[in-house]
Amino acid sequence: MAPDETVPSPEGSAVPQPTVTLAIWRGDAQGGEFRDYTVPANEGEVVLDVVHRVQAELAPDLAVRWNCKAGKCGSCSAEVNGKPRLMCMTRMSTLDTTERITISPMRAFPVMRDLVTDVSFNFAVARRIPPFTPAPRPPDGVYRMSQFDVDRAQEFHKCIECFLCQNVCHVIRDHEENKPRYAGPRFFVRLAALEMHPLDTLDRRELIRRVLGIGLCNITKCCTEVCPEGIRITDNAIIPLKERAVDAHYDPVAWLGRRILGRPRPTPAAVSAAASPAGRSGEVISLEPRPSRAET
Amino acid sequence: MTDYETRSVDVLVIGAGGAGLRAGIEAAANGATTAIVCKSLLGKAHTVMAEGGIAAALGNVWPDDSWKVHFRDTMRGGKMLNNWHMAELHAQEAPDRVLELESWGALFDRTPDGRILQRDFGGHRFARLAHVGDRTGLEMIRTLQNRAVAADIEVFMECKIIRLLAGASGAVCGALGIWRESGTFIVFSAKAVILASGGIGKVWKFTSNSWESTGDGHALALWAGAELIDMECVQFHPTGMIWPASARGLLVTEGVRGDGGILKNESGERFMFRYIPEYYAKETADTIEEADQWYDDKSFRRPPDLLPRDEVARAINAEVKAGRGTPHGGVYLDIASRRSPEYIRRRLPSMYKQFKELADVDITTQMMEIGPTCHYMMGGVRVDADTEASTLTGLYAAGEVAGGMHGANRLGGNSLSDLLVFGRRAGMAAAEYARALARAPEPDPTEIGRLAAEALGYFDHAGGENPYAVHRELQEAMQSLVGIIRTASELERAVEILDKLDGRARRVAVEGHRQFNPAWHLALDLEAMLTVARATTLSAIARRESRGGHTRDDYPDPDPEHFGKVNMVVQLAGGDVTVAERPVAPMPAELARLLEDGH
Repeated sequence: MAPDETVPSPEGSAVPQPTVTLAIWRGDAQGGEFRDYTVPANEGEVVLDVVHRVQAELAPDLAVRWNCKAGKCGSCSAEVNGKPRLMCMTRMSTLDTTERITISPMRAFPVMRDLVTDVSFNFAVARRIPPFTPAPRPPDGVYRMSQFDVDRAQEFHKCIECFLCQNVCHVIRDHEENKPRYAGPRFFVRLAALEMHPLDTLDRRELIRRVLGIGLCNITKCCTEVCPEGIRITDNAIIPLKERAVDAHYDPVAWLGRRILGRPRPTPAAVSAAASPAGRSGEVISLEPRPSRAET
Repeated sequence: MTDYETRSVDVLVIGAGGAGLRAGIEAAANGATTAIVCKSLLGKAHTVMAEGGIAAALGNVWPDDSWKVHFRDTMRGGKMLNNWHMAELHAQEAPDRVLELESWGALFDRTPDGRILQRDFGGHRFARLAHVGDRTGLEMIRTLQNRAVAADIEVFMECKIIRLLAGASGAVCGALGIWRESGTFIVFSAKAVILASGGIGKVWKFTSNSWESTGDGHALALWAGAELIDMECVQFHPTGMIWPASARGLLVTEGVRGDGGILKNESGERFMFRYIPEYYAKETADTIEEADQWYDDKSFRRPPDLLPRDEVARAINAEVKAGRGTPHGGVYLDIASRRSPEYIRRRLPSMYKQFKELADVDITTQMMEIGPTCHYMMGGVRVDADTEASTLTGLYAAGEVAGGMHGANRLGGNSLSDLLVFGRRAGMAAAEYARALARAPEPDPTEIGRLAAEALGYFDHAGGENPYAVHRELQEAMQSLVGIIRTASELERAVEILDKLDGRARRVAVEGHRQFNPAWHLALDLEAMLTVARATTLSAIARRESRGGHTRDDYPDPDPEHFGKVNMVVQLAGGDVTVAERPVAPMPAELARLLEDGH
C-alpha cells in the first residue's frame, strides 16, 4: 500500500474546516447565471480542486473540462475573478478567499454548458495551416541542427493550446465578425514555429498576411500577458511574422534576395489551401464545422 | 427506440494519444478511411503529460548502444515476462520511429554536433531517451496531431465509446458512442477497430493519470470477448509529488534522476544503496564514488537511484514504513545539490515550474518531497506482436491498452516508443484487414437500442447515490488493498468490496440532463473501472509470487519455475471475470543469448 494514507480530508477533520465560496457561472447557449457554492478548502489547493469538490458534493452535473491538472494540457481554461487562467495552476492562496470568487467560462468562445465552451474555431483554423514541409534528408540520413537554432522554434512548441491568448485577443474577444479573417495569437505562434523551424521549406508569408489577418493585431500584448507557458507571443512570434509578411509583400529587395537565395516564394497551393472554399485567396477562412454533431 | 446517428469507416481508432494518432495516420496512409474518436479535445490525451523522453537506441551519445542492448534492458526490466517478440520489434524499430517524428516536425534537443540528444533513464544501460527538455510528450502529441490534421483524418472529439459492436459472425464491426456535449448516441460501423485508449490509473487514489484513464479500452475488449493478460502488473512510479495534498500523485519525471538527481531519506542518507536486489547487483554501483562517475563514464556501474521503477518504488515504500520518511510521508529527491540552477532550469523547466507554482519549492535550491504514484498498466489486451491483432477478429490494440510488451514492469521511456512502434503496426494491419473485407458486418440495431437504453437508465434512478462517492470508495479500496505491496487477505477483502461496489455503481443516480453531464460520464466510466479493478485484483490473487509491478508480502520472492513461465489471462465467462494461466512462449536461442551477455 501507499506509504501514507493520512491525507487531510474535510470529512475526517475534528476541527471546523475553513470554507470558501465560489460563484460559478451555470448555464448554456441560451443564458445562465452565477450560483454560489460554499465548500471546505484545504491548504495548498488550486481553484480546480475546489471546483471538483463542488462537483462531487453539491453540483454533480457541473460541466468543466480538465485533464492533467499540472499545467501541461491546457484544458481547464476559465476566467477566475474575471482574469483568464488555468484553474489547475491558480493557487487558492493567491486569491482573497474572504470574498466570493467568481468562475466563468472563457468569453471569446460560445458557451456549451457551464464552464465548457465551444472552441471549435481553433481546430478549424488549425486545419487551414499548410503543414510542416521539411527539406529532404541529407545523404547520410541525419538532420543536423544546432541547439541555438532549435531553441527559437522550441519556445513556440511549448504552447499547450489552452487558448487563453485567443480568449483575451481584442480582435476576436468581442468581435465575432473578425473570426473568419483572423487566426489569432495561438496560430501566429504555430506559424512562427513553422517559419522558424530549421528544416521547413514552405513560405507561408502571403497566407499570413492576406488570409490569416496578422495585420489586424495591434500589438497590445494581452496574449503574452496571459500565456501560462510564458511564450513571448508578441515579441518573438507576432512582430517577426508581421515584419516577414510585410517584407514579403512590399520589399522588392527582399523579393529579389529570395529569388537569388532560393527561399521559395509562397506557392499558390500554400495560399489557396487556407483560403476560402471558392479558392479566392484573401477574403475569408472557411470555418468547417466539427464532425457531425447532433444538437437534439 | 433511442435515436442515433451513424458513421461508416474502414478503420475506427478509439483514443487520440500517441498510439491512436500514430495508428490513425498509418491506417489512412494505407488507404483506409479512418476516424479517430477521443473522450477529450484533440491534443489533451494523457501522452501530453509524458515528460522524460522516447527510448530508442540511436547511439547518438553512446555509439556502443544498439537494439540488442535495448532489447536486453527491456526484457530484464520486465522481469522476463514480456512478449519477447514485441520487445524485439520495439527495440529494432524505435530509432526509425523517432527519426520519422523528427521528419514530421518534432524538434528534439540536440547534441553538440547537431544530432538528437539522448538522456539517461532508469534501467537503460546507455543514455537513450530522445527528449525535449521535460515536455517530450507534448512535442510528440502535437507533432502527431498536426500530421493527422494534415492527412485530413476525421477526429470525433469529446465522444465516449461505451461498447464495441459485433456482427453475426462475432467479428467486431464498430462501436457505440455518446457525444459528451449533446448526450446523444453515435454508432460507428467499421471493418476494423483499433483500441488505443490508454491506461487505468483513475482506479487508484494517488495517480499521475488524468480523468480519462478509466480503463475503457481494457473493459471494452473484455466485454466484447477478447483476452487480457498481465493485469496484475501495475506500475507505481517512484516519484510522484506528495505535497500539497491536492497535488499528490502528479508525476515528477525520472529525468530528474537521469540528469543527476538522487534519493535521500529524512536524515539525508542515500538509502538506495541498501536496496540493490541480487538480480541487478552485477550492473549496479554499490558505492557513492562509483555511482557518481557513471554519468560521464559508462564503464562504471549505474547508480541504484536509477534501478527500474518497481525496485525504486518498493524501496521508497519500505523506507517510509520504517519511519525514515519525510514529514509528509515520502522521501527527498535532490538535484539542487548536484547540478547548477542553470542546468536544472534548462533540462527540467516544467518540473521547476510545477514545484514553484504548486508547492512553493524551488528545485534549484531545495529538495523535492516525493513518493510512489500509480502510473502505468503493463497488462492489457493480448495481441499478436507483428499485427497487434487481439484474440477477437477485427479488433486491434496498441499502446498502454495492449499487454505483453513491457512484461511485469515497464522501463521509463519505453512507453512513447511503444506508442509509435505498435501504433504504426496496428494501423497498417487494420488497414490491410479492412481492405480484404468486402463490407463491414452490420451492427445489430436491437442490441444498440438495448445498450443505449441501459446507458440512459442512470437518469431514472431517483434517489440513488452519487457516482462520485462510489468512485472515491473504489479508489480508497484499490489504493489500500491492491497497491504496491499486496497480500492474499487484503486482495480477498478487495474482491468483497468490489462485489458491493458493482451493485452500488449500477444504481447510482444522475441528476440533470444529458448535455455535458460529468456525473453521467463518470457513471459510465465506473462500469469500465470496476471491470478492470476486478481483473487486476483476481490476477493479483492468482500470481502467488513477486515479480515487477506485482509484489506479494505473502510470496515475497519470484518463482521462476512456475509463475515466471506463465501469463495470467483474463476472460469473461458467462458474465464473470475469470483468470487462467497460459505458458509464456519460449524465446529463440539467438535472442536468449542476448540476455546472457552481462556487464
